[in-house]
Amino acid sequence: MLDDFMTRATLAGVGVAFAAAPLGCFVVWRRMAYFGDATAHAAILGVALSLTFQMSIFAGALAVALVMALTVTLLAGRGYAMDTLLGVLAHSALAFGLVAVSFLSGVRIDLMAYLFGDILAVSRADLAVIWGGAALVVALIAWRWSQLLTATLNEELAYASGFDPKREQLILTLALAVTVAVAIKVVGVLLIAAMLIIPAAAARSLARSPESMALIAAVIGAFSAVAGLRSAYVFDTPAGPSIVCVAAILFACLSFIGWRSRHGARFILF
Amino acid sequence: MSLVSVEGLSVRYGANTVLHRVDMTIEPGEIVTIVGPNGSGKTSLLRAIIGATRPVAGRVVKKPGLKIGYVPQKLHIDPTLPISVERFMRLTNRVSQQHCVDALDSAGVPDLLKRQMSQLSGGQFQRVLLARALIDRPDVLLLDEATQGLDQRGSAAFYQQIEAVRRETGCAILMISHELHVVMSASDRVICLNGHVCCEGSPAVVASAPEYRALFGTGTGGALALYRHHHDHHHDHSEDPKEAAQ
Repeated sequence: MLDDFMTRATLAGVGVAFAAAPLGCFVVWRRMAYFGDATAHAAILGVALSLTFQMSIFAGALAVALVMALTVTLLAGRGYAMDTLLGVLAHSALAFGLVAVSFLSGVRIDLMAYLFGDILAVSRADLAVIWGGAALVVALIAWRWSQLLTATLNEELAYASGFDPKREQLILTLALAVTVAVAIKVVGVLLIAAMLIIPAAAARSLARSPESMALIAAVIGAFSAVAGLRSAYVFDTPAGPSIVCVAAILFACLSFIGWRSRHGARFILF
Repeated sequence: MSLVSVEGLSVRYGANTVLHRVDMTIEPGEIVTIVGPNGSGKTSLLRAIIGATRPVAGRVVKKPGLKIGYVPQKLHIDPTLPISVERFMRLTNRVSQQHCVDALDSAGVPDLLKRQMSQLSGGQFQRVLLARALIDRPDVLLLDEATQGLDQRGSAAFYQQIEAVRRETGCAILMISHELHVVMSASDRVICLNGHVCCEGSPAVVASAPEYRALFGTGTGGALALYRHHHDHHHDHSEDPKEAAQ
């Protein structure tokens, strides 16, 4: 079954969607959208490093994403606003990564594959890494769920309940780095943040509890992966962007439905 | 022993000393209020008590097994986060639904259990926060400007609720407020803070302390007449942490 590249691609997309769903909810709730972007951009430097030292792309991307995430967490609140800091670090890392790639003579690198992902080239080993990483992320978030939620609501509330919200922030940061590293092959550096944010945001209008929002986001993400790949096959469009397009269309439809139900019958004629 | 005793506590943010050798205690069942101008370190003191701020000197000693209920100053729930009152209340407390119902009752907001947090009014929101803090039957309740955003009637009712809570559960209460008249009449003890403890005493004794007047003026009128202070130390402003930091 795994011999078919479309099957492997679909499984890879669904795996990333599962990890991105609960994590994406926290990214949305905590307004960390730019944080996901920055970690992902930094990962391109990881790709360059792993090609230089001939280690696995996953390991290189994970290492740089981790360093990036930890640096931002450490530097936050020391002189520069968070978004400034992220802007400096993310784009510098991306630029250094692109420059580093250009020094790699003799190796022909398809940079586009890392910027936009190459889900159709996912191997069995990639699949193992993706599902392993996704399982790790989901397990980590499930384990700390109540604490993460409390820390998201209010820092002092977390301290008063007897745990350190900074540790919870660190757990999210680690989960984010792992997700970025496993998703790089599937949707690429530029679209990872989309897989985090769009399904979670689309789930909001249907959800009545934090848990249901994460589950609905997982369903939306998985559906986007399946439908996006299918349409990429049918219309011969790039796979990663097609997945994101399906998610974005779902977001638009669900937001409209949510808006309609909030505003009641007054707009029913429209 | 005291529920909480703060000993020689100093807190610094960067070069800015916000608390300088603060001593205070909270005894079982008493209502203690901290008053002080903006930037006087009230919130820092509360943060140090819950362990959110690490002191540069001194320590906070809590009675072993002390249960703290905390009502934060403001709690912004992002509109993208769907959460019901019940889910919010049971987030860190493993308690039954009946417990939640009882806690909401005693906070004066029954029937809110299934509502979304985002649909609550300001007054309801604060009372749900109070209910959440009470749910685990705390030994001491900490309130940080808990009536912010409530109108005068709302906050008077809120303080009456606090007194009722103390009467019914016997839990000690430490609160910060800038609403001097309302707060002080409900307190057993008032601590006036301005980087250090300026003065301290029961509101049955009249508020004529020069430090207190220096901080809040004399215009606050009759309400302050409840509070008297025995002037026992000289006010040397060279030790004032704000000036010392400059």
